[in-house]
Amino acid sequence: MSATPASPAAAGEALFDPRLARRKLTGTIFLGACLAAIAVLLIALILLLMDVLTKGVPYLDLDFLTGVPSRIPARAGILPALVGSIEIALIVGLLAFPIGIAAAIYLTEYARDTFLTRLLRTNISNLAGVPSIIYGIFGLAVFVRALQLGYSLLAGALTLALLILPVVIIASMEALRAVPDSQREGAYALGATRWQMIRGAILPSSASGVMTGIILAMSRAIGETAPLILVGAVTFVTFLPTPLEGGYTVLPIQVYQWATRPQQDFQAIAAATIIVVLVLMLLLNLLALVVRARLSRHISW
Amino acid sequence: MRTVSNEMTAARRPLTRRVPASERLIEVLLFLAAAVGVVTTIGIVLVLLAQALDFFREVSPIAFLTGTVWSASIEPLQFGIIPLVVGTLDIAVIALVVAIPFGLLAAVYLAEYASMRTRNVVKPVLETIAGIPTIVLGFFALNFVTPRLLKPLFGSDIGTFNVLSAGIVVGLLITPLIASLSEDALRAVPRGLREGAFAMGATKWEVVRKVAFPAALSGIMASIILAMSRAMGETMAVVLAAGMNPQLSLDPRQSVETMTAFIVQISTGDTPQNSIQFKSLFAVALVLFSITLMLNLISNRIVARFRNRYS
Repeated sequence: MSATPASPAAAGEALFDPRLARRKLTGTIFLGACLAAIAVLLIALILLLMDVLTKGVPYLDLDFLTGVPSRIPARAGILPALVGSIEIALIVGLLAFPIGIAAAIYLTEYARDTFLTRLLRTNISNLAGVPSIIYGIFGLAVFVRALQLGYSLLAGALTLALLILPVVIIASMEALRAVPDSQREGAYALGATRWQMIRGAILPSSASGVMTGIILAMSRAIGETAPLILVGAVTFVTFLPTPLEGGYTVLPIQVYQWATRPQQDFQAIAAATIIVVLVLMLLLNLLALVVRARLSRHISW
Repeated sequence: MRTVSNEMTAARRPLTRRVPASERLIEVLLFLAAAVGVVTTIGIVLVLLAQALDFFREVSPIAFLTGTVWSASIEPLQFGIIPLVVGTLDIAVIALVVAIPFGLLAAVYLAEYASMRTRNVVKPVLETIAGIPTIVLGFFALNFVTPRLLKPLFGSDIGTFNVLSAGIVVGLLITPLIASLSEDALRAVPRGLREGAFAMGATKWEVVRKVAFPAALSGIMASIILAMSRAMGETMAVVLAAGMNPQLSLDPRQSVETMTAFIVQISTGDTPQNSIQFKSLFAVALVLFSITLMLNLISNRIVARFRNRYS
């Protein structure tokens, strides 16, 4: 080749220097940065869990789970908060479940493309972005004051139900939309009315997605703190809560109460309480996985 | 934020002409459920407006919006919201400085580089971070970030409660949001654009930087705006990490009070519900709600435009 330097092709080759090695090196460096970023996120998550576990585990025993709050950290327990959290999560699920699915069914199966429908849909996206503490203020004005529920567990549950409703609706709509139209056509071909079609064909086929969405929303409700501060989840409760009367507290509020105290012992029982919150959330996530696997077993299209 | 597309296919209409009364009733009930959201929105706006107006009878809105001193508990009482807004922005900006590089690098990796296998590992990690209750992040800031990371760096200059630790943990919180929405935006860029660039001899990195990233830029911007809205509305992490000190300061080593932290402070104290302090809570909430709503609407608008371009 070097014998014919005058040929046009070779001249072009000499002018065109792709510098491939250098360009590829830049790419490799960038990929390295991507991996480093993900490693940092993973490390942050591990540090957070390690910090909570090392501080909290020594305090975590049966007495802690079955005891009541105390001004002495070593004697303090979280039973009222634990029961409060579970009761709230159940009521929130029971409230958000029917309304969320019904709204999703309306929006995917019934609504025509009108101004009103677009308003409903846009509104749901926007509600999902409203800061949770604003829901607390709404709950205070409407459930606590106007409906005179007072600072009760029910008022707290209603507030959280509204908070997670957009999440439930969006998840349910996705599940309903994943059902292919052939299912709808098949049901209509058999003479079903619209509701028979939904009940007989759409709901069973989308149950796994809908249920997963609701369980995950309940898990989110268990971790919520800010709105409940406004609707009166008071911080020193030594009795088990009932839905309508008397004070109540939940685990994250208990964490807040203890974490704001400077003494190391209180920080440690806050960490122990965090572990209980995280375990509850983990259990709900596992339940969601099981439900998804079970309900989608017979479905394939 | 997913806006909901609207396709109404012929298949969704029943063949029968006569609609039984029970079917109508069901439709009405379902509609009522769908309307709960709108009722909630209207309710939130009405509650905030009515109570804030009550507050503005006693404090002029101009003094409220332009005042630079917030002193709700110590005489002389002054309600100038600027320190709370600046405190909120301080933390949101630091959070974005943390979250934008990490979120975008993660998004590009997931959308452009990751194999199915690594994706199945990385995605759950991000989702786990997004699912951590924010009070736990506050605890982490107070018990780890400030004493173990920031104290060694700044020594005694940095307080127990400081903007920096709050910004870092809120940044951690919104990173998955930026990562997942930006990944969606990158995935929405048609393959043809990338393949065209490869055909011209571009390397993978050049395709990412000069084709995929610019094409997805509006979607990425939308994710950042939405993340900013989340950061500004964040409550428990900033209450624990940044404290409740309503001073007008840009120093990240100092304690501030955000709008959300003030709302918590008033509602956990012994403040009587008909006092001027308690009423100020609604005016602050109205400002917070307006800012976050505006950011969400801008973000949605950008996403909607972006979607039209590639479909």
